[in-house]
Amino acid sequence: MLKKQLDKIRPHFEEGGKFGAFRSTFDALETFLYVPNTTSKVGASIHDAIDSKRIMSFVIIALLPALLFGMYNIGYQNYMAAGVQASFFEMFFYGLIVMLPKLVVSYGVGLGIEFVVAQWKGEEVHEGYLVSGILIPMIVPVDCPLWMLALAVAFAVVFAKEVYGGTGMNIFNPALVARAFLFFAYPGKMTGDAVWLSKESFFGLGNSLPDAITMATPLAEASAGRINQYDFMDFVIGTIPGSIGETSFVAIAIGAVILLWTGIASWRIMASVFVGGALVGFLFNAVGPDTNVANLPWYTHLVLGGFAFGAVFMATDPVTSARTEKGKFIYGFLIGALAIAIRVLNPGYPEGMMLAILFMNMFAPLIDYCFVQSNINRRMARAKKA
Amino acid sequence: MSSLFSKENKQALLQPLGFDNPILVQVLGICSALAVTSQVEPSIVMGLSVTVITAFSNVIISLIRNTIPARIRIIIQLVVVAALVTIVSMILKAFAYDVSVSLSVYVGLIITNCILMGRLEAFAMSNGPWASFLDGVGNGVGYAWILIVVGAVRELFGNGTLLGFTVIPQAAYDAGYVNNGMMSMPAMAMIILGCIIWAHRAWSDAK
Repeated sequence: MLKKQLDKIRPHFEEGGKFGAFRSTFDALETFLYVPNTTSKVGASIHDAIDSKRIMSFVIIALLPALLFGMYNIGYQNYMAAGVQASFFEMFFYGLIVMLPKLVVSYGVGLGIEFVVAQWKGEEVHEGYLVSGILIPMIVPVDCPLWMLALAVAFAVVFAKEVYGGTGMNIFNPALVARAFLFFAYPGKMTGDAVWLSKESFFGLGNSLPDAITMATPLAEASAGRINQYDFMDFVIGTIPGSIGETSFVAIAIGAVILLWTGIASWRIMASVFVGGALVGFLFNAVGPDTNVANLPWYTHLVLGGFAFGAVFMATDPVTSARTEKGKFIYGFLIGALAIAIRVLNPGYPEGMMLAILFMNMFAPLIDYCFVQSNINRRMARAKKA
Repeated sequence: MSSLFSKENKQALLQPLGFDNPILVQVLGICSALAVTSQVEPSIVMGLSVTVITAFSNVIISLIRNTIPARIRIIIQLVVVAALVTIVSMILKAFAYDVSVSLSVYVGLIITNCILMGRLEAFAMSNGPWASFLDGVGNGVGYAWILIVVGAVRELFGNGTLLGFTVIPQAAYDAGYVNNGMMSMPAMAMIILGCIIWAHRAWSDAK
């Protein structure tokens, strides 16, 4: 049905057609909906059954549990702060209304830039933004203004992606670059106690709250030396303040299962991030400084803040992570270790996952180079012996 | 003897402003361009200092170029530049103390600015004093205007001011606008400089 429509309007978009200039736009939409039936004609290429657009769709499906829970949690935090009883659906729909504009802005700006660049260069539209577009709104505090989000998205797409040559060529994860931009440019809106709560009421849902009501993330409370009011089950389920998508360990775990089941994310990276984090957390428990953060049990570190979200959805990004199989272990281990080390040792930032992943993104090519070289050297030695 | 503004002399003065800009094309002097451009005022002072020093060290070296032994020419160039940098630094301390404090070591570090040594080696050692003077002024101003542009962008979006005067109205802040803290970091100067180089390449390729 849809296919017929597409086939009918295709001639207009081909070279010399009415809308020939918009060829790449049409192409992008068509291949998003259907796997293209053209294949490469030169060289020997091996194609998987699913192409990169289908991979992106799977990642989005894996992100949905965390996103839906994030929406519910927005409402939950609002009603909790107001001290009002509400049903599950009221909370969820309130969160949906708060979340939708962020998603629209993120996709609108990001895809807008991608499409314009593609038309301008006469290339195909890159599909990479499909995932970044949903990730970016999920890793910001709920109170982040839309114009800041738009600016960060534009910055990330232009300076983290297009200048490197587009999807697949970027060194840094664009979603994390967007977050880092916000983090350093507008620290008042990204950290602190005032940004984790949506304070307005929409369409009779939710409650208007005075600005004086603040809510700290459990990690921020810990680094400020206060005792947490939440217990471990809250951390696992995710009914705590935090960036929209990161709070629920359970929802992220469902996403992780989907990613591992479909073979899209590397289990090596995911597992080694958790091992690295657990080990360093354990070390700080045993011999670390006697601060509140260092004394958080190591298993609490793994479910708090952006650790699980980063480990499952950010560290495993196939473009920016290490590509050698052994390198993935080192890459993941160091992300986990660095993230906990930043949390414990840096007095400035309560959370370290973003910086740890960006840092290791930078070193991924070096890790790969070392492993490839050592492999070459080993084979050379073997060849000489023979 | 050619006239004062012959074609070559004009070239020496005007080429470095745009087409052969020391920062944009030769990518020299980047270090100070990133370090002092968080506001417009220090950018202007820095640009002016470098212009003066480049121009006069060019003239001095050009005057004595035939007596400098080739094997120790770098040392002699350095002595001349160091003397001029010291003079400028003292003048700044005497007449513009606040700016000289905010520029801190970067005035003294003009001595290591690659543009200076580059012009001395490439131009003053083989040209007359007048042409060398024009070349020094051209390169200094070419350096200065980039600094001022970067400084203006960073001060406007980082502090909402230009030369210390508030430009972005209070109404904007009331409506939720927030100054961009990243603009006051050198990392952003790098990105702005990159954008200017990008625009410049597009312009000079089109020519």
